[in-house]
Amino acid sequence: MSDVLGNPAIPPDASDSLAVLEKQRSTAETFGIPLAVLLEITHRCPLQCPYCSNPVELDRSGKELTTDEWKKVLSELAEIGVLQVHFSGGEPTARKDLVELVKHASDVGLYTNLITSAVLLTRDRLSDLADAGLCHVQISFQGTEDGLSDRVAGYKGAHHKKLEVAKWTRELDLPLTVNAVMHRQNLHQLPDVIQMAIDLDADRLEVANVQYYGWALKNRAALMPTVAQLDEATRIVEEARERLKGTLAIDYVVPDYYALRPKKCMGGWGRQFFNISPAGKVLPCHAAESITGLDFESVRSNHSIAWIWQNSDAFNRYRGTGWMKEPCKSCEFREIDFGGCRCQAFALTGDAANTDPACALSPLHETIFKQAEREAEGETNRFIYRNFAGGTLESENGA
Amino acid sequence: MAGPRHISVSEASRPVLPRHAKLKYDETRKVWVILAPERVLAPDEIAVEVLQLCNGERNVGDVADQLAAKYAAPREAILTDVIAMLQDLADKGFLTEAREKTS
Repeated sequence: MSDVLGNPAIPPDASDSLAVLEKQRSTAETFGIPLAVLLEITHRCPLQCPYCSNPVELDRSGKELTTDEWKKVLSELAEIGVLQVHFSGGEPTARKDLVELVKHASDVGLYTNLITSAVLLTRDRLSDLADAGLCHVQISFQGTEDGLSDRVAGYKGAHHKKLEVAKWTRELDLPLTVNAVMHRQNLHQLPDVIQMAIDLDADRLEVANVQYYGWALKNRAALMPTVAQLDEATRIVEEARERLKGTLAIDYVVPDYYALRPKKCMGGWGRQFFNISPAGKVLPCHAAESITGLDFESVRSNHSIAWIWQNSDAFNRYRGTGWMKEPCKSCEFREIDFGGCRCQAFALTGDAANTDPACALSPLHETIFKQAEREAEGETNRFIYRNFAGGTLESENGA
Repeated sequence: MAGPRHISVSEASRPVLPRHAKLKYDETRKVWVILAPERVLAPDEIAVEVLQLCNGERNVGDVADQLAAKYAAPREAILTDVIAMLQDLADKGFLTEAREKTS
């Protein structure tokens, strides 16, 4: 998946008659079935983005759920009250059965989003997806021009193809979200990214600063923006939001390294989100498999998805606040941010039950922030490209 | 292609939900929802009733007439509320207008 879904929280929306349902329910203690579920139907992807949100240990195609298994999952999700599914990956269009899966999802009443890099799509296939009931297309972009974009994606011609598919999307009257993944090497293109989204007639733009897990953590030195860059980006987004009200909605995700408070990752572990991996594991977040020592149940097991959500050890391990240690345990914000991100806590401290170092109250915050700041000022620009071989270092002259 | 981005809702508008905004009764949670790209809205009872009447043929004035009759309430007040609710939805990008019939 070339998109950063580090923050699936539905953006704030103020209105009396049209409240955002997820927001209303977020304080509920019932852990009801999530409204939306992310389906990572494959880890295969022709792109090699160095910040890919997939785990470093990718599921090979032989482990992927079959068409019938995915259909059964979709039926079960609709039955237990899930309303939306996001077809993602890897690159979901790498699955030959995607049209069939979208059709099945529509038939059982699910609202379908496609989260794609777009490079494998033809106009006919996109049209088939629209006919199958696809409701929305999100296309990731790596920049605004061929040179940088294709270099980040590690795929020649990617940017040109994305622009073409975005155009087809609107011609087929499908709503378009442009997802722009931002980092030190492309943040200078942000004003052009906003203009590109307008020119492509997108309804939404996600300005998603890279979140540093998995592949992105491997590439942190090449991706981490400077504080000055980030301040400028925030200013640009705020100005554009005001100017484009009612025309283009802009969601903005900042890298939490430069925040004082950690993000309420996934809305809190096991509270309002789960995803299903290519091999059928039901996960509290798409990076959860990076935490060793947790045993994730599969849709191939004898348990129902609802049972796994409610009762499995992995979901209950970091639910609520009972698992917390200090400084989280007695913190007045413990039910506001739930101690931040468990995957980040694990990756940076070795224990997922520690406070996420993004939090200023973490004893490691200062060290990690300083290190990130040094990396941001550094000269390391070569990427480690994402692939099944565990990553390949970019050559000196690029690509 | 979809209609113009900026819709200004008036008494003469004939609004309708676009194909990517689906009004649906959620059997699990026993609430009405509007499903939209990567978000779920929870319209209140009146909004649901208004949206069920907005079929792209009735104009906003007709909708206000029907609700005024049904609830024996002042039409002007209802019209103001209906326009405000629909404009809010339009500003979020979840409302479209039936194209004017050209004679």
